[in-house]
Amino acid sequence: MANNETRTKIGTWAGFLFILVWCLLPVVWIISLSFKGPTETAAGSPQFLPKEPTLQNYTDIFNNSDFRDSLVNSFGIAAISTFLSVILATLAAYAIARLEFKGKKLVLSIALAIAMFPVVALVGPLFDLWRTLGLFNTWPGLIIPYMSFTLPLAIWTLSAFFREIPWEMEQAAQVDGATSWQAFRKVIVPLAAPGVFTAAILTFFFAWNEFVLALSLTSTTASRTVPAQLSYFVGPDPFNPPYGQLATASVVVTVPIIIIVLLFQRKIVAGLTSGAVKG
Amino acid sequence: MAAIDMRNIVKTYGDGFKAVNDVSIDVQDGEFMILVGPSGCGKSTLLRMIVGLEDITEGEMVIGDKVVNDLAPRDRNLSMVFQNYALYPHLTVYENIAFPLRLAKASDEEIDKKVHIASKTLELDEHLDRKPGNLSGGQRQRVAMGRAIVREADAFLFDEPLSNLDAKLRGQMRSEITRLQKRLGITTVYVTHDQTEAMTLGDRVAVLKRGLLQQLATPRELYENPCNLFVAGFIGSPPMNFLPATVEGTAVKLPFGTVPLPPERAEKAAGKGLLMAGIRPEHFEDASVRADQGAGSTFRAQVDVVEWLGNETYAYIPFEAPPEVEAQLRQLERDLDGESMHTQLIVNLDGASQIRAGEEAEIWVDGTKIHLFDPESGDNLTVDHDHAGRMPALGMKESSKSPNAAG
Repeated sequence: MANNETRTKIGTWAGFLFILVWCLLPVVWIISLSFKGPTETAAGSPQFLPKEPTLQNYTDIFNNSDFRDSLVNSFGIAAISTFLSVILATLAAYAIARLEFKGKKLVLSIALAIAMFPVVALVGPLFDLWRTLGLFNTWPGLIIPYMSFTLPLAIWTLSAFFREIPWEMEQAAQVDGATSWQAFRKVIVPLAAPGVFTAAILTFFFAWNEFVLALSLTSTTASRTVPAQLSYFVGPDPFNPPYGQLATASVVVTVPIIIIVLLFQRKIVAGLTSGAVKG
Repeated sequence: MAAIDMRNIVKTYGDGFKAVNDVSIDVQDGEFMILVGPSGCGKSTLLRMIVGLEDITEGEMVIGDKVVNDLAPRDRNLSMVFQNYALYPHLTVYENIAFPLRLAKASDEEIDKKVHIASKTLELDEHLDRKPGNLSGGQRQRVAMGRAIVREADAFLFDEPLSNLDAKLRGQMRSEITRLQKRLGITTVYVTHDQTEAMTLGDRVAVLKRGLLQQLATPRELYENPCNLFVAGFIGSPPMNFLPATVEGTAVKLPFGTVPLPPERAEKAAGKGLLMAGIRPEHFEDASVRADQGAGSTFRAQVDVVEWLGNETYAYIPFEAPPEVEAQLRQLERDLDGESMHTQLIVNLDGASQIRAGEEAEIWVDGTKIHLFDPESGDNLTVDHDHAGRMPALGMKESSKSPNAAG
């Protein structure tokens, strides 16, 4: 019995280790690259760890005004898309979970259809449309598509959460003297917080990482986001791209994501609804 | 505080199903009213119509002197304890209790004062900073009650509040609720499917069956003068025994023998053919233990099973019922959410009784307490109209009943 348990433990840890190495090796490689000078990255057979670690890449990157602008764009666009998307999705999901109305299934199916639509197929039409409407190369020009592409997932996630919350919660609040809106805001939204944060994180990631639209619907650093901006890091020699700086930029854009995940992780931890009703 | 007057309340669902059908109940100011019945009888629906969580299809709901049919729950000033407590899990016990006050925009000092009064009443002082998730079932129950009593509501509504507690705690909370209600003197409507809760808690009890009010009376009236087979079978534990019977002169012929009836009872049931006799288990006794046998008669029967509980003994005596009575008893079992089992007599004997299982025993039965029911309509033919409260169900199936049946 004990032997079996030990074996299970060893197996589990071996599995963990394998997955960790598999996932983190590329990340470590990028971090290592970001500390290497240009001579080292250009070497025929580079070694894993930098020989002479340097912070030169980081200084260069932050002195690059284009990169700084695109970082601001990324933050702004992703944050606004997330905010709007989560608010809309919360209201829509609540309606879907709680109200009986005609065409409820239709709304859900259309939402799903939008989520399945390939983004690339929309690049052409959107490009034309945005140029006509004057939205090309503006923040709203990116925020609107990001919102629409993340709404379906957010609605599906949130309506699942709302459905889990017992009806009695709202009814109790209403009997206690709350309006429907107060019951929603003071009882339902706090209870659906894990769902709201999950939806927020997914939306933020999508907007933060999106590349195709960011590249096609922008022309200057007035609205270009980091993933698109990275593709313009060519350097003086087209045959010798600045790998060090590219890696550094990648590290810089990955850090906020990690911070956000760590911050929200606590909120996502389930068990918030335990004890609401006799379980 | 206020009286609650339900006038001919009807609830019809979209598919035409009438969950509550023409129910009129007047709850007096300060009264403890119980709505009781098996599952699906419409008692919870009725409660939810009082509080406003369910629309009223027809009829008038009057609280105090105001018709509240179209008022939102928050405008009715009632407080409710839900079956699963419905505590807000993200708030502490303090904030849960304070929730109605916060919505009413009370000042912080006032909230603090009232919450502490409520928590003291319910002995929740040491738990105020905890979340509901960390509390035991009984504590959660008390928090739910705290949230109900913290504001000056016109009435309390309870929706099967004890059904999630274990038997011991249920008994304790039952007396807690009674004490609290008597002390606060507030109008209370309490829904339960448990006849013990109905009997012990209520000033008056409304028995419902499939959306229809059967009888509205005090527990004692219900017990002693049930209006029909359904109420008779529902109230009392173990339930009333139902036996095929025919009245001959001033005696009733039962499967075990003939028992003399008081003349006024015999008269009411004379010439009706095959009837159902209802006898409570405690109206039997071991003939060898019973000293005074004046009012009843004895019979001999084969005892199948004996359960000795110390202070009392239950003896089970199987009997054969004629098919029409058998069918009626099966239907009654279904109405009462019961398991259909073989027809048997349950008698409650004194603890001193020496009767053993398998023996033939001499049993005494009190003839003055026998009720006689019409097997077709289920109506109690021997009901004492002056001591049976209101009986809307009586004579529903046969319109040619005595005019004072609605009394």
